[in-house]
Amino acid sequence: MVAGVLAGQVAAGARLIRWLEDDDPRGRVALGQVYPHTGRAHLVGVTGPGGVGKSTLVDMLITEQRRRGRRVGVVAVDPSSPFTGGAILGDRVRMQRHAADEGVFIRSMGTRGQLGGLARASYDAMLVLDAMGYEVIFVETVGVGQDEIEIVALAHSTIIVAAPGLGDEIQAIKAGLMEAGDLFVLNKADRDGALQTLRQLEMSLHLREQSVAADAWKPPVLQAIAARGEGGAEIVDVLDRHAQFLRASGAFEAQRARRAHEVFVKLLRDAAAKKILASALARPDAAAVLADVAACRLDPHAAADLLLERIS
Amino acid sequence: MAQPPIRVLLAKLGLDTHTVGVTVIAHALRDAGMEVIFTGLKQTPEMVANTAIQEDVDVVGVSSLSAGHMRNIPLLAELLRQKGGGDKLLIVGGVIPEEDQAVLRAAGVARIFTMGADTGEIVAYLNEWRATRDAAGAC
Repeated sequence: MVAGVLAGQVAAGARLIRWLEDDDPRGRVALGQVYPHTGRAHLVGVTGPGGVGKSTLVDMLITEQRRRGRRVGVVAVDPSSPFTGGAILGDRVRMQRHAADEGVFIRSMGTRGQLGGLARASYDAMLVLDAMGYEVIFVETVGVGQDEIEIVALAHSTIIVAAPGLGDEIQAIKAGLMEAGDLFVLNKADRDGALQTLRQLEMSLHLREQSVAADAWKPPVLQAIAARGEGGAEIVDVLDRHAQFLRASGAFEAQRARRAHEVFVKLLRDAAAKKILASALARPDAAAVLADVAACRLDPHAAADLLLERIS
Repeated sequence: MAQPPIRVLLAKLGLDTHTVGVTVIAHALRDAGMEVIFTGLKQTPEMVANTAIQEDVDVVGVSSLSAGHMRNIPLLAELLRQKGGGDKLLIVGGVIPEEDQAVLRAAGVARIFTMGADTGEIVAYLNEWRATRDAAGAC
């Protein structure tokens, strides 16, 4: 399995990703052996509100990266139903013309209850694709609103995609997203209102630039009409420039350490919470405390503090 | 955590552009807690096989309503085996004449759902198949 992944075998890599997203114990063991072989790929997040054309944009960027001779991995995330756990993972349909290209690996993922725009195993999938030798890895998040920007911590470069006519001002791309992007793309730039949206994006960025260091990266705003294949070369030029910028400043490697830290803390937090929760609820007095909360004799905060205190 | 969802690839091969049936199935499977990936239209057997492997689905479902199945589906089954996806369940739905069904089964199709099949029947079949597979430990 591990040898297959490192040799770039598609079936081996795909199965390892499946184990990781299903939380199969075999996945952990294999990932441990694969992990030392990661760190080469340029990780690119693609995010933005729903309906702006993220999948179509990724499709165009795959084409452009292939033209430049690079092997491309894609992780495309769509929401799972919170009620049934099921999902229709539809991003891939827009990229399917690459299905016969051996240099492209596309993987669809459901969020499976995870918030933040990604699936729990999205980062693991990025690591596997990296170890398989894909040179650029695009991660398309679910359509995000305002602060679901987990991808920023996990990618080298983040593209924020917008489109005209999404609402008054750029309501859909405020605070969190505006501060997060390394590159902004106004897709569907032939639509009514494009110029207005473009100006708003530029103005917001101008405000942002005033509060950062002079030698910091200045996120450009580009236009694209992804459905017609227009604008891809310019976007990949900027991505290349951003990767160079990160490498020159040592940030490419520094980000890796920061990412490792983020992922480590998150995993530790999730595992610790699970453990503590299980031991709190297993206590013989837990039912009585819960009954007090239900009967309004004890508020939930006090109840939580009480149980935490008793187990520690 | 509950059992991980069954992952299903739904595919349309060749020039068959009828999508109503496959859309109904996609929604039924999703509502039954499965993850459904759709290839879109006009796929070659190679594209579907590559997709099934990359996505590591458990099930490949081909919707076929306007012939072409006698050529495309055996080819898809063969490509799946060649590319390391021989463990995936291959099923077919749509208009498949009685006399063609034995040939497709011999080629590796596990089950054929023809006109009038109930979505509940398909869901039940897939759940049973998974339970049997997992009990056997073949993964």
